Amino acid sequence: MMAGASVDGTVNQNQNPDHQVIPSDLTLRVKALESLLVDKGLVDRAALDRIVDAFETTIGPRQGARVVARAWVDPAYKKRLLADAATAMEELGLHRYQGEDIVALENTANIHNLVVCTLCSCYPWPLLGLPPVWYKSAPYRSRAIIDPRGVLKELGMEIEADVEVRVWDSTAEVRYLVLPQRPAGSEGLHEEALAALVTRDSMIGTARVTLDVKEVPA
Amino acid sequence: MNGIHDMGGMQGMGPIRREAHEPTFHERWEGRVYALSRVLRTRGGPWNLDAFRHGQEVLPPADYLRMSYYERWFAWMLTTVVAAGDVTQAELESGRPEPGSPGKAVLVAPDAVSAMADRRGSARRNVTVAARFKPGQRVRARNIHPAGHTRLPRYVRGRSGVVVLDRGVFLFPDTNAHLRGEKPQHLYSVRFAARDVWGEQASRRDSIHLDMWDDYLEPV
Repeated sequence: MMAGASVDGTVNQNQNPDHQVIPSDLTLRVKALESLLVDKGLVDRAALDRIVDAFETTIGPRQGARVVARAWVDPAYKKRLLADAATAMEELGLHRYQGEDIVALENTANIHNLVVCTLCSCYPWPLLGLPPVWYKSAPYRSRAIIDPRGVLKELGMEIEADVEVRVWDSTAEVRYLVLPQRPAGSEGLHEEALAALVTRDSMIGTARVTLDVKEVPA
Repeated sequence: MNGIHDMGGMQGMGPIRREAHEPTFHERWEGRVYALSRVLRTRGGPWNLDAFRHGQEVLPPADYLRMSYYERWFAWMLTTVVAAGDVTQAELESGRPEPGSPGKAVLVAPDAVSAMADRRGSARRNVTVAARFKPGQRVRARNIHPAGHTRLPRYVRGRSGVVVLDRGVFLFPDTNAHLRGEKPQHLYSVRFAARDVWGEQASRRDSIHLDMWDDYLEPV
């Protein structure tokens, strides 16, 4: 965002409060389309508000983290998750998976899974929310598939030469959730404390879960 | 189509920049574009997911790279609301409904949002179609270059791999994107050795997994 731009996309042209703030071009154009569709009767503004709110406050990586933590503490649950992720999620009250084909990929000492969508931005919305900008960006989409070890190293994750790296390109309507390795030293932690350690990036496969991470960055 | 969107394996795109504590939407208009598209896309036809993806693939490559993610969505939305008959070009330009134009039914009422917000229509189809391949079979990704929408990335065309799983029957994006029918067919998880795709520079341990439709594959 450019200097002087506020969170709603307006650009403050002048610090003098008597002057109007001039909104950016996209702000105006999107507003114009929204107003037209509302005036036509097709769109209800309150529905738009609720969709935005749901993704800003509720639908996000905490949901995926709950699934991961349960799989770590309950081997039978993990087995069900790896066999049929959609049904296993329903067990946690995540009833929103109707119609969605989700597959969980287990990272082990010998196998590291990494998820990318080279063609667009496919991502497991119900479990992780909307993807971060880097996941949708040309650098990640172009390089994760040809040089996963280089990408992981750049992101701070060295993969040993004897570990198999599996890159999953989300080319269809199947969505992938990486089940990261449980960190060493977490044996005494309860499910909820474990869930708090699980980051968004660890469920994409671009980070490990460690004991000192306490929250998922946005 | 062999478009700019098909980026797998390209080089020179620069470093991956992660943002700490990234917000869901960076600006208010991004959230509005996201929500508008979810509401408009509750319908089929030109609003289907594959048509949506193709609508961005056909943006001129320089524009595709210059635009931000939701800016591309917005560009597609502007052309599609007119093409689908939701508004006329004149209304889009004036910003107001034409006098006397009939009102339309609301697509998503506020109360319906919680039921649809994180759900998407499945592309799985419960129809019986014969599978052309089976798990364990060696297959080759066809060397084809369709000018329209396809989910067969360039980097894998002509390469050989192994069918790992049959995921069942799914609609076919290559036809669905162009409103030429769903052509449901089997979708497979296919594993390619990284070296078979990228040569010696790849680790001999590594692999690439793609979900591929029957029409993308041929027997080896």
